[in-house]
Amino acid sequence: MKARIVALLTLLVVALQPSVGRAEGFGEILEGLAADDIEHVEASIHKLSETNDPRALEALSAMRDRKLRIVEGEHVLALERAGKLVRLPDGGALAADVKTRPVTLNNTLRRALTPALARLELVSNDVATRRSAAEALRRSPSSELAPALRRAYQRESDPSAKQTLGLALAEVDLTASDASARLSAVQLLAASGEVASKSKLERLLERGSSGDYLEPDERVRSAASEALSSMRFRELTTRIVGDVLYGLSLGSVLLLAALGLAITFGLMGVINMAHGEMLMLGAYATYVVQIVFQRHAPEQFDLYLFVALPVAFGVCALTGIVIERSILRFLYGRPLETLLATWGVSLALIQTIRLIFGAQNVSVAAPSFLQGGWLALEGVVLPYNRMAIVGFGALVVAFVWLILTRTRLGLDVRAVTQNRPMAACMGISTARVDMWTFGVGSGVAGLGGVALSQIGNVGPELGQGYIVDSFMVVVLGGVGKLAGTVLGAFGLGIINKLLEPISGAVLGKIVVLGLIILFIQKRPQGIFALKGRSVEG
Amino acid sequence: MNTILAKLSAKRELSVVVAAFVILGALVPLLHVALPEESPLYVPDYLLQLLGKFGCYAMVALALDLIWGFSGVLSLGQGVFFSLGGYCMGMYLMRSMAGEGVYKSALPDFMVFLDWKELPWYWLGFDSFPFALIMALFVPGLLAFAFGFLAFRSRIRGVYFSIITQAMTYAMMLLFFRNETGFGGNNGLTDFKRILGFSLQEDGTKLALYLLTMLVLFCSYLACRALVASKVGRVLRAIRDQESKVMFCGYNPRDYKLFAWTCAAMLSGLAGALYAPQVGIINPSEMEPSSSIEMAIWVAVGGRGTLSGALLGAAVVNGLKSWLTASFPDIWLYALAALFVLVTLLLPDGIVGLLQRLPARARERREQAGKAQSELAALAGGQVGATPAEPTQGKA
Repeated sequence: MKARIVALLTLLVVALQPSVGRAEGFGEILEGLAADDIEHVEASIHKLSETNDPRALEALSAMRDRKLRIVEGEHVLALERAGKLVRLPDGGALAADVKTRPVTLNNTLRRALTPALARLELVSNDVATRRSAAEALRRSPSSELAPALRRAYQRESDPSAKQTLGLALAEVDLTASDASARLSAVQLLAASGEVASKSKLERLLERGSSGDYLEPDERVRSAASEALSSMRFRELTTRIVGDVLYGLSLGSVLLLAALGLAITFGLMGVINMAHGEMLMLGAYATYVVQIVFQRHAPEQFDLYLFVALPVAFGVCALTGIVIERSILRFLYGRPLETLLATWGVSLALIQTIRLIFGAQNVSVAAPSFLQGGWLALEGVVLPYNRMAIVGFGALVVAFVWLILTRTRLGLDVRAVTQNRPMAACMGISTARVDMWTFGVGSGVAGLGGVALSQIGNVGPELGQGYIVDSFMVVVLGGVGKLAGTVLGAFGLGIINKLLEPISGAVLGKIVVLGLIILFIQKRPQGIFALKGRSVEG
Repeated sequence: MNTILAKLSAKRELSVVVAAFVILGALVPLLHVALPEESPLYVPDYLLQLLGKFGCYAMVALALDLIWGFSGVLSLGQGVFFSLGGYCMGMYLMRSMAGEGVYKSALPDFMVFLDWKELPWYWLGFDSFPFALIMALFVPGLLAFAFGFLAFRSRIRGVYFSIITQAMTYAMMLLFFRNETGFGGNNGLTDFKRILGFSLQEDGTKLALYLLTMLVLFCSYLACRALVASKVGRVLRAIRDQESKVMFCGYNPRDYKLFAWTCAAMLSGLAGALYAPQVGIINPSEMEPSSSIEMAIWVAVGGRGTLSGALLGAAVVNGLKSWLTASFPDIWLYALAALFVLVTLLLPDGIVGLLQRLPARARERREQAGKAQSELAALAGGQVGATPAEPTQGKA
């Protein structure tokens, strides 16, 4: 009785599965894609993936892209090759007027297609195809593919594809039943240091609902936790390096904004609240130069930035000199009044720019060589304009340093700074020195404006956002010292960027301002104090 | 002789201020209530509200004059203390209308919007009016005390102090612009309904608030006057003029400055508390560094170091602002800029200083003219060729 039932069942199975037991031709398997029965199509996809035939890859990728078609009323597959409809698998031409419809494709079939295609791609003769397939499998590994992966891994000759395959295999092996396989997989992933596999490793250390570890083997767990901590360390260093790099670029922006102030405030003791507006004027000068180049020399457009630098310096220096001659020179020795008067000047400058150029932001196009960025580390892209600003900041500091230490004006400025009456007695025209110092300070602010125009919006209120920060840089760095200004700017920039991920941009800024107020408690003279015996009023 | 003159001018100043307050506190409300709307002398609603607002500003100007004009400490953060007072009152006004917002929730609307489930701890207690009023004085006072203690202890003074106060202003503005801080973000607190049960839309409530503002302003003027005339006031002026000498005389400038600075902050907070219900909104734009600097120009225009100057300056500058921003909006910023520049260059003592100097100068001129005439007469008396008259010294 039992034997009869078994025989009957065998018969039934054989009858239901006509393909089993005899070798099918490629053409026959392919034809299965045209079947109406979804399960049959799925089986065909699976079989095709095991043929290792490049024609199967063509047909299946066409199916994925909805380019595989069925001739209406027949079980004939067709697809477009070089603009003509051809019959599969032999590639015979079809009549142009034949009616076709796309092969049925639903989610079940799509799910079946992805691993099938990956498997076929892994054995492709094209190295690039194999690499991208390995990459795709590495991102979404599945245990069903493990045998195929292992075979492909052993066969692979290209080193980069082999490494990726090894990692994909390791991720699959993390769930293997064999503890030693899991261990070697963990070790392989740890050695690769890829952050992407972090969550997989974390899962190994989780506890189940009963309180036991999901991973039974002690060695695997310790290897995983070791791998994780080294990964976290690497992640942290990447983040800190990135923050420091961004902080450097922010610091250079602050430096360019504050350098002119360091000259006028630090050396002359003049509180110039219109300093931010000098930045703004420099940015607008850049905008005007850019417009002129667009109109008259569009083919030389990239050069406009180099013309804008002297123009911005000149415009701002001239404005500064006019302000100094007409207002500030009457107010020397009355710093609070200077503060109020220059605030008035800044209001007038803002309103004038608003009336000329409108209250809206204007757009300053970056020259082509400043567009794009450089991938410094995984996940840290440094835009070229930010990098250029760091370099430009260094150049401007060098420029100011040269003026202060290597020119007659610089000598006079330092003499007047140290002891005004004595300098006057030695025949230095202090009034002229004041005028030129203020001019240079304002001009340097103009250079800062050119730089700011490349990284942010240019509008009448551009300067207002920088004035508080610039003063903080100068106060923090210590008055009258260039090195202090540089250190203050970079210090503020880097601290700001390091605080940002912890507390958010706005709160970070508030914390920094609070820190400065506290810092000044300890060192009222800033980081670098002027050494001298001058007694305050 | 000089002290008698000073006493005389101080008495005259007081009588002018009292007269001004009689006009503002009695005549203006009378004109508003008694006259029909068609009358040319009728004081309309908006003008009354405007004058009330100016009254609050004048209180801030008094406070700023106390520390800048009399103690030599220029604060660029008075707007923060003003706004903090305003926020404290605004919190009471928001709490008092719980359940009447758009969402009919016990929480203020913006908290519902942020999906907050309960009041943050710092909003507790503000349903009580006396508590809010105390807080309007206490919070700005505490901030000023802590800040001033740190700053004056390390002898930060002059422009450094001004810049640091500006940094504080900037930081507070950023803080209050955040939605998560819990004060309504950049919309601030608004849509107030009633105060102590009286509707803020009622004419009577508005008039009462106006009268209250004028009364408080007058009292704070008298208080400041008493403070300035006291010994503390004299020490403060000495610190302003020669801080190191005062120190050598055995006074600790830190304590005196801290006292004046904290008093000024509390007075500004009180002004803010009166401001919020009258204007109907308090938002972080009041904390912008530019508003605080504008407050300094009120005092500078009126005249530093004279309390009446602070009152006059606040009224003149704000009156000018209201008129110009309505009639010639493009010119207002230029006018403000010109005020900043011209007052610092030409009028270091402000309008009141100019008014005080005018009679003195006229007397000087009369005396000089008389002298010249007698000299001429002496010359005409036939002593030609005698020793020439001694060159008159500039100082009279």
